[in-house]
Amino acid sequence: MVKKRIIPCLDVKDGRVVKGINFLNLIDAGDPVEQAKHYSDNGADEICFLDISASLENRDTMINVVKKTANEVFIPLTVGGGISSIENIQALLKAGADKVSINSAAIKNPSIIKEASEYFGNQCIVVAVDAKKHNNDWFVYSHGGTKKTDLLALSWIEKAQELGAGEILLTSMDKDGTKSGFDNELLGKVSEFIKIPVIASGGVGTLDHFYDGVVKGKADALLAASVFHFNEISIKEVKEYLKDKNISIRD
Amino acid sequence: MKKITIVDYGSGNVLSAQKSFIKIAKDNNIDVEVLISKKINDVKNSTHIVLPGQGAFSTCMNGLKKTDGLIDELSEFALIKKKPFLGICVGMQMLAKKSEENGDHEGLGWIDGQIKLLPGDNLKLPHMGWNLVIPTNSKYNNLISTKNDYYFVHSYYFECADKDNILAETKYGTNFTSIVGKENIYGVQFHPEKSSSQGLNLLKEFIGV
Repeated sequence: MVKKRIIPCLDVKDGRVVKGINFLNLIDAGDPVEQAKHYSDNGADEICFLDISASLENRDTMINVVKKTANEVFIPLTVGGGISSIENIQALLKAGADKVSINSAAIKNPSIIKEASEYFGNQCIVVAVDAKKHNNDWFVYSHGGTKKTDLLALSWIEKAQELGAGEILLTSMDKDGTKSGFDNELLGKVSEFIKIPVIASGGVGTLDHFYDGVVKGKADALLAASVFHFNEISIKEVKEYLKDKNISIRD
Repeated sequence: MKKITIVDYGSGNVLSAQKSFIKIAKDNNIDVEVLISKKINDVKNSTHIVLPGQGAFSTCMNGLKKTDGLIDELSEFALIKKKPFLGICVGMQMLAKKSEENGDHEGLGWIDGQIKLLPGDNLKLPHMGWNLVIPTNSKYNNLISTKNDYYFVHSYYFECADKDNILAETKYGTNFTSIVGKENIYGVQFHPEKSSSQGLNLLKEFIGV
């Protein structure tokens, strides 16, 4: 069967990797190409770049980062952050990205999912969803988690699937940054509800959190940023831990 | 010198395939020219052709048909001159006679078989991620010699009419053909250019380094 994927996510600002907690007190943490290569050499199954540059010009810097990464890294690369048009997507794919993740632009204009997946194929369109629980329902947030929308996470995800999304990157805002584990309740509901793969994101802090994300959250892939950046857990450790527990993992 | 042409007809990320061959050449200290092109002359002058493919089958076929004479030149290369030809993902699927993706569509028809939706009620589609490719044809295993994980993204699979054309299989719900081959023509359902060192090794075997 298909292996569960471990995906390190790198926050990239103005062409450099940055580290921080919740986008605050960012420190320069090196060259994204080198870091992507390092993760790839250490067993990452895919790489994710999240562009958090504030200006449009600096987004062009991302294109160059992607091009350079394509010279060195031969595993799938997803790029997200500020993607708002078919032209943005085309430029990134042409530069060597395999998938793009769309968030706020899809909320504002859902037809971009349909257009993009028809044009480029649904395999390269990831819809990123930031969700937060209010009473008993999860609501979707846009603009990097700063704006609450009226969309219910489950109905929005179902709609994204219908429009042609190839994959859902689901971040729990309640869990993000807490290191208390993924929101497995939310993940489990979404994973059972839809037919496309789900990437779990937000909250991982220990090795057993990865295991729970697969077993309780039924996620197809697990994304983490800070535990990998700050060398708290290595990708190798995660993979060995999961393999020991009989989760199907790539060697 | 090896001249590899990656056929360019507007299909997704083809840069990674080019970069893969450049990396192989650099690591093995050999001269290669790797073009991303749809020019008839480039196809004619190639020693190896790679046909990539992402998106829907019919979109890819239409993309190929858009350049006058391209399919004829590719056929000449693969069927008459019998030079090494590799289809990747939908590029592999286009080798088949037809596909049932979004209605019936004709393929190149170089390897007998058809493209069908992966069966299974509770199967997540697309089949996305790393999965084991197991060689099944011992007399014909030039591309891979041992089983290994490669990166897949697809919802449809190649159902071969002639079992001799099945070079490797993979399990996702059901066992499906993950490498097809017929003389000089190969097709891989996965993405070697995205499958780390084992993927690069496969491409290296393909160009005979």
